[in-house]
Amino acid sequence: MEPIVVAKNLTKSYTKGLRALDNVSLTVDKGKVLVVMGPSGSGKSTLIRTFNGLETFDKGEINILGIKVDSTHDERKIQKIRRRVGMVFQQFNLFPHLSILENITLAPIHVQKRRQIEAEEYGMYLLSQMGIDSHAKKYPIQLSGGEQQRVAIARALALKPELLLFDEPTSALDPERINEVLDAMRTLAEQGMTMIVVTHEIGFAKDVSDQVLFMDSGKVVETSPPNIFFSNARHERSRKFLNQLDKH
Amino acid sequence: MKINQKLFLQFGICIIFFGLIGILINNLTINLIRTGLGFNFSWLFKPASFALAEHPLPYTSSDSYAWALFIGWLNSLKVIVSSLILATFLGTLIGFARTGTNSLLGLISAGYITIIRQTPLLLQLMFWYFVGFLGLKDNMFIQIKNILNISNQGIEFSGLTFSSEFLALLFGLSIFTSAYIAEVIRGGILSVSRGQWEAFRSLGISERKGLTLIILPQALPAIIPGLTSQYLNLAKNSTLAIAVGYSDIYAINDTIINQTGRAIECFIILLISFLLLNLLITNTMEIINRLILKSREYS
Repeated sequence: MEPIVVAKNLTKSYTKGLRALDNVSLTVDKGKVLVVMGPSGSGKSTLIRTFNGLETFDKGEINILGIKVDSTHDERKIQKIRRRVGMVFQQFNLFPHLSILENITLAPIHVQKRRQIEAEEYGMYLLSQMGIDSHAKKYPIQLSGGEQQRVAIARALALKPELLLFDEPTSALDPERINEVLDAMRTLAEQGMTMIVVTHEIGFAKDVSDQVLFMDSGKVVETSPPNIFFSNARHERSRKFLNQLDKH
Repeated sequence: MKINQKLFLQFGICIIFFGLIGILINNLTINLIRTGLGFNFSWLFKPASFALAEHPLPYTSSDSYAWALFIGWLNSLKVIVSSLILATFLGTLIGFARTGTNSLLGLISAGYITIIRQTPLLLQLMFWYFVGFLGLKDNMFIQIKNILNISNQGIEFSGLTFSSEFLALLFGLSIFTSAYIAEVIRGGILSVSRGQWEAFRSLGISERKGLTLIILPQALPAIIPGLTSQYLNLAKNSTLAIAVGYSDIYAINDTIINQTGRAIECFIILLISFLLLNLLITNTMEIINRLILKSREYS
């Protein structure tokens, strides 16, 4: 097994002594899907945002695709990681002043220095994979939330990443729009994409994930395969959380 | 409010407005009769008989007052337009530094903004004139191969000469206005959501490219109105030229009033000149604003 992400003893404290991350360690192998769950404020978003340098940390070490980053937050290494790791946000964060296709070709043209025609061709291919190629000339505001999130996934894929990070990708969507995004993610997982997904979607976690990591108060409570986690979680805290989720 | 009441209020406002105008015209007529000069503009075509140190177009003291005023207007336009460009350039750089990730640059630009905004413009102009330029040696203080010559006479750069008076005004106005423009730029940048920064960063796009390709285009609609009002301030502040002896429209008007006593006519000319100048600025900015909005089909 080739590890894509190895995090060791990540710790991040806020000024009031509150710990966003408390000695977090994890490993994700190539082609695997890790789902991160936990109550709000448990540090799960902070955790995946450290993987592409959007958050700094105080102690510990991360090795992503063989690039080691520590608390010094070396900008050059982080830049290298960002070129090989894609991210999808809760609020989509599409660029509103650019068309759908321009949103996707921006990084290939400006980061990878690809020719515009080449970038557009690949962009159109990605859009058709997401089933939204007919919207290429439109602007983000003209699309529904589900469509915007699929554009965001296509944008993250444009640099041909070796790892995809999803930060609650369906939390801002209308219930009837959630599945179109989850289906796109499912397809990616089937194609062998390595993914780390912060989500509350139990169905997705059960079907798609290889491991579920449960966090609370910045600590990793347990890491289990989904069949164990959802039927017979090892920790009392995990079971309590799952009970709460079921009630909703 | 009932319609009757509304009508009554409108009527009252009209009476006050026209009343005030009436008083003004009355005062004007009385004063004109007292000076015995009458209200006319024929003096405009008499020779001005004063020299001008700076004239972008040919001028001698035997030219008319009208021509002298036009030269003054051109001088104003020259210093306003060049200060406007320099102030925008400086202000943008400082605004970027203020919002950027480099904390040292942020601190320096915050200090710059504080010092410039907390001292009077007149003082700054005096500083640039007396300390900055007249403080230099009388000639060839800095000379580089006959291309650049900086002295208390001003700056000579490959055939182009700029007087110390022009330069003091240019530096003073640009630096003063740049501090305000930097704050306008900063406000615009902060109006763009954090998610946009995270999105371009996560794509491996550099801070500089992200700022110009993603953040600035979205910040412009918030920046343009603030920028326009700073430009108008700059144009009006340019009348402080008189303090350093630069022959702008205001300074020339002042001389003409002293010579002819035609204060009312001169102030009307001044009023119209500035109206023209500022309408020029406002309209140009309005066109720019419309172009930006047009390019934003999405909003």
